[in-house]
Amino acid sequence: MEYLSQSSFILSLVVGLLVGAAAGLLGSFMVLKRMSLVGDALTHVALPGVALGLLFGFNPFFGAFGFLALAVLAIWRIGETTRLPTETIVGIFFALSLAVGILLTPELELLEALFGDISKTQIYDGLFAISGSIIVFLVMKKIFKKFMLAVISEDIARSAGVSVDKINLLFLFLVALIVALGVRVVGTLLMGALVIIPAAAAKNFSRTMAGYVFLSIVFGILSVGAGLFLAKILNLPPGPMIVLASVIPFLVSLSAIKR
Amino acid sequence: MESQIILKVENLSVKFEEEQVLDNISFSVKKGDIFAVVGPNGAGKTTLFRALFNFIPYKGKIEWQEGIKKSYVPQRLTIDFYFPISVLEFLTLKLKKEDREAIFEVLKNVGFSGDEHHLEKHLLDKKLGSLSGGEFQKILIAFALLDKPDVLLFDEPTSGVDIGSEKTIYHTLADLRKKTGLTVIFISHDIQMVYQYVDSVLCLNKEAVCLGGPSRALSAEILEKLYGKEAGVFAHEHRKF
Repeated sequence: MEYLSQSSFILSLVVGLLVGAAAGLLGSFMVLKRMSLVGDALTHVALPGVALGLLFGFNPFFGAFGFLALAVLAIWRIGETTRLPTETIVGIFFALSLAVGILLTPELELLEALFGDISKTQIYDGLFAISGSIIVFLVMKKIFKKFMLAVISEDIARSAGVSVDKINLLFLFLVALIVALGVRVVGTLLMGALVIIPAAAAKNFSRTMAGYVFLSIVFGILSVGAGLFLAKILNLPPGPMIVLASVIPFLVSLSAIKR
Repeated sequence: MESQIILKVENLSVKFEEEQVLDNISFSVKKGDIFAVVGPNGAGKTTLFRALFNFIPYKGKIEWQEGIKKSYVPQRLTIDFYFPISVLEFLTLKLKKEDREAIFEVLKNVGFSGDEHHLEKHLLDKKLGSLSGGEFQKILIAFALLDKPDVLLFDEPTSGVDIGSEKTIYHTLADLRKKTGLTVIFISHDIQMVYQYVDSVLCLNKEAVCLGGPSRALSAEILEKLYGKEAGVFAHEHRKF
């Protein structure tokens, strides 16, 4: 990190904060849908895509998003046709992707693929992060009520005319998008944490939906911000520092839940 | 004047893989009626509801009166105490935008008393997951009523509710029907409530075992056939009222 210039630090901060905010937003729904582990496993599916990017010299975002989108579609389709539990299907995809990813990734770059390297952030990543997070926020605003209803009860949502399967697929695509963006920031192995931990902490503090989603976004932003600064000051890799920072509000939140 | 038929079901059959879950069911529901579906566990009651909403594939005919608006109240929700949503936020999910007047109106209709300030403080601002079983069921009914449906389909109105609240819920449904002409179709295990509140009953055990007014349709023989010997005795006792 010591070679990180001021301008590239600011760029990585912008990318990181936007990804943190969008991950907080999506994570708040994943936690309510009890998809924490599914979400975590899903993020690993990005690895073969990142590996291809590193091998052939294109932006790993595209590889990651391509693989995630394909995986989301396949998981959704298999779930639709076989009614196997999502976690079983995701579990298999996750193991398969990790195996293929590790075989494909050049040894030198394996660490970068697994844990990210925000110092390599380029101006394109900034643009992707801005447009990606705008898309996530706009789409979630649009589908919020229907999706929330489906989270609470798929049957109520269906009876009210919501296409639950389609809305779930759309949501998974948003997750794929944000995970692909986050690969640069925290890497494929730790991206799941950035989606889940801020939301898990926010849930313990919140009584209302509005407060919960807002707090989850704030924790996402704070985790990335604090993690990046700590990494810069202590000269440590940012991915793990971001995850460590995100655990702090969660630990504090434990005291807020009464049994 | 002949009552309007709001729902007509003919020769409805549902199969899951090789298992016949519903076999050749036919019945109809009149507008403004309270109609109960009874039967033992695994009799296909919830499957029937799912077919009525077109959630699952079926054979046969299900005809709803044209332009009818129906609302579904499920058996239970999988939300726990920590699920962060207030009662107000939950009810607002049904509306285009927050409309407290509409919300207060349905809350009164389902039997919540007190002025608006009281309801806001002691109900709307509370976490949905912190409500008692009875309050929770009434909120689910309120939710279903918010977009002014013509028919309410209710899967076990009183599962997980104490006896006092159970009576209140059935009473609320009967009251609503009187006030608004709402048609209510519900699944129940509670034969006593069925005797007391419904106009027609369908006994289900994969096929239709009985159909008609409860005192006639729910004979001791039928109850024994559905639930075993003890239930048959109950029917004899009950008829003494």
